[in-house]
Parts: sequence; C-alpha cells; structure tokens
Amino acid sequence: MTTPAERRKVWYGHGIPYIDISDLPGHLIVIEGTDGVGRSSQIELLTPWLELEGFAVSNTGWTRSPLLEDTINEAKAGHELTTTTFSLLYAADFADRLEHQIIPALKAGFIVIADRYMYTAFARNNVMDIDPAWTRTLFGMGLVPDLVLYLQIGVDELVPRVLEGKGMDYWESGMHLALGNDIFDSFVRYQQQLIDEYDRMAGEFNFVAVDARPPVDVIQEALRVELRRYLGRDAPRSTVGPSPRRPAARRRATRRP
Amino acid sequence: MNAHLPSLLKEPHPYPGRLIAVEGIDGSGKSTQLLLLERWLIAQGYRVHFTEWNSSRLVRRSMKRGKKKDLLTPTTFSLLHAADFADRLTYQVVPPLKAGMIVLADRYVYTAFARDVARCVHEQWVREVYSFAPRPDLTLYFRVPIDVSLRRLLAGRTKLKYHEAGMDLGLSADPVESFRLFQSRVLDCYDQVTSEFGLPVIDATHDIPTQQREVRTMVERMLRDYHGPRLSEPGDGGAR
Repeated sequence: MTTPAERRKVWYGHGIPYIDISDLPGHLIVIEGTDGVGRSSQIELLTPWLELEGFAVSNTGWTRSPLLEDTINEAKAGHELTTTTFSLLYAADFADRLEHQIIPALKAGFIVIADRYMYTAFARNNVMDIDPAWTRTLFGMGLVPDLVLYLQIGVDELVPRVLEGKGMDYWESGMHLALGNDIFDSFVRYQQQLIDEYDRMAGEFNFVAVDARPPVDVIQEALRVELRRYLGRDAPRSTVGPSPRRPAARRRATRRP
Repeated sequence: MNAHLPSLLKEPHPYPGRLIAVEGIDGSGKSTQLLLLERWLIAQGYRVHFTEWNSSRLVRRSMKRGKKKDLLTPTTFSLLHAADFADRLTYQVVPPLKAGMIVLADRYVYTAFARDVARCVHEQWVREVYSFAPRPDLTLYFRVPIDVSLRRLLAGRTKLKYHEAGMDLGLSADPVESFRLFQSRVLDCYDQVTSEFGLPVIDATHDIPTQQREVRTMVERMLRDYHGPRLSEPGDGGAR
C-alpha cells in the first residue's frame, strides 16, 4: 500500500500548463455532501483536531475566493444568469482558490480541507441539464483530491435537519428550476435529484461515504477514522482532541451556500 | 477526458439572423472597420446589434478588483472573460439572432484562443470551455505587424495598458518591449486559429478605405441569401 507521501498529485483533465505539481507534499481532503448535511460543522471540528495533532490545516470553501465572492453573491441576488454563466463564475472562483490558496498550501505541506469541490458543480449541472462533458472539461483545470469524504443522507432525513437549522432557501430548494411554487415540494424534488447525483458519483470517483444521519459526534468520529486510515503512518497517534460540543442542528451556519 | 468535446463552433448556427465578428491584436484597426461596417449596414436599413468583448456588467467588479490588486492569473482571466461572453451571448447575441437581426461582435471567442493560449492556458481546454459558442457567419481577422499596431496605439495615447502589454507575464519590465514579446505570441496563436477555423484574413496595413471595401465585399456576399428585418426606408442612416 502506498503512503500518502508517495502519492503524486494529478490534474483531473487538461490542467494548468504553467503550474508545476510535481512537488506537492500536502494532502487535499474534500468534504462533499448536499446542502444542509452538516459539512461546515464537521470541518469546524476536524480542523482543531488535526492541528492539535501537529498538522497545519488550510480551509477553503465553494465561492469563498476574494476575487469572485461579491460577483457571485450579486449575481445570485439578481437571479438573472444562465447555468452556463454561473458555472463559469464558479469555475473562476475555484481556479482562484486553487492557484492562490490550495496549491501553495499543498506545496507547504498543509492539509487542505475543501468544503465542497468540483463534484458540487457536476451534481448541480447534471440536475440542471447542462452537458456533463462540458462541466467536466471546465473543471479539468483542477487537481484530483487525495480523499473525498462524502456525507451521505437521504432526503427524508435531510428535511427536518434543514428546517431545524437555517430553513429552506431559494437556491437550495431549486426554485430557480421553476419546478413549482411550493418551496417544500421543490426542495424535496431538487435535493433528491442532487443526492442521486452524489450517490452515482460516489462509485465513479471513489468517495468514502460517511453516514450523515447520526449525531454530530458520531459522524465526527467516523470522519476521523477515515482520515487516520488515509494518513497512514503520518496519522495522529492519539485520539485525544477537541470533542464535539454541540449538535449540528443548533449550530447556525455562518457561511453562505 | 481526452476526447474532444463537440463544439458549436464547427457547425452553422440555427438562427435566422447573421453574426459577424472581427478579430485582431490591439491596434489592428478592427474596431474602426466594424464601426464603418455598422454605419453602412444601418444606412441600408438593416437592423443591427453591436456587442463588445469584456463589456458586461456581470464581471466588471471582479475584473477591476483583479486587475488593481494583480490577483488575476491566466486561468481566472480566461474564465472571467468566458463568463462575460456567456452572459452577453444570453442577452445580446442570441436574442437578436433569433429575431433575424445582424449582430456585430468586436472580438469573439478566437480572442480567447489567441490571448489566453499566449498566456499559457491549455489550448484544448480553452476551446472546449467555449464549445457552447455559436459559429459566426463571418469572422474577419485583421492581421498587422507588431510595429504598426504599436505605432497606432502610442499615437492615440501615451501609455500601453498593463494587460494589453502582457505585463502580468513578467516578460520584460519595459512596457513597450513586453508588448512586443507578448503580442508576437498572440499573433502566432492567431495565425494558428485562422488556419484552424478557416477565418478570412485582411491585411490591416492597408489604408482604412481599402480595407473597408474588402470588408463590405465579403459581407455583401455573405448576406446574399439573408432576408432579415429591414427598416422600411433604407438610406436614412441612424446612430448606434
């Protein structure tokens, strides 16, 4: 079995010709899963744990690039863009974070934890009927992550969690798809389609699925087990670390979707 | 991932309108030629819509911030232009084409194929990113040597723009030298693009009326089978 240090980073598709990725000793860990599944709460717990074990961690998330954040939020407020245009903005956000944050951190030997990755675009664009080959080519300038942890949940379990949390919002309910005027029905239908896409990709891209139905601390422990397994001999030796303090439902997400 | 993505650029578009694009490096005179073409078309009563590369409100803020703080990389530069293009395609190109009008585009996707590749973005990637772009009915490439374009640009203003001179690539600290080096790469890429897509080349060292005559001849030929909407009284001109 190869240790993570022996693994080479590879481009997903055409890549970025002017960037050398031959020496990136860090680890790129992706947390994927649909809206409201609890990704950010879990990442908040993983980060201090890894740091306590001596790993430097860099966090990055979908639409969080300084270059694109305002443009994307403004565009979302206006509801006037096509899926193609949105995809290109998301790709620009992704590339900006890749070149300015992710790759430099990997070069410095950090663990990069990405809250969502290109798979989010793949899932959404497939639901919105954009040519999947185009979406994949577009994000072909990205790096293949070392590990994708997929927080898996069914739509029946997702609904109460979202309602107890920040509620159903316009975009997460797929209201832009005009599936109907009822936000609840639209949410269920849209999220079901997204979850189907994620489940399908899990096999194709070797996601490590983690059951996202149990309480936060149980999910956290499962994620740590997978991380320890992945990190192998680099892994933290003790399991002592900050433990989950509050259940996910009461943690309000401070981040926009 | 290695298979080529089918591209709309390889087939005629399905709309009743006509799409005319001009291409060329900065200082090639293409915008002047397009303006003269527009005047002529309007004078004949044609319904014309003009659109320009990198002009949508959508990406203006990101572009400004990126340029000011030197945040743009060749890849994000390319993707922001693609987002701008997709947005203009939605609102400014496809609707007039569906309405049967003539759309005039100052720069089209070939600009990305030349400029972004000159900045070392993956050649095939950028082509596939733009594979949703309809093929113009006519794309005119205004070919001009570096020295001529440089003379034209510096006659109109005192300074070359940062990105126009390719200063982001660090080829030279001297803007004029950097322009020369970068735009020669762009010219090479354009040469490849014109042969790949079979674009007609106009010698942009000729004087303006000579070029315009050539342009009008080609446009006239392309419009032979076009029966789009026209103003009832041709010849009364009009402003953009």
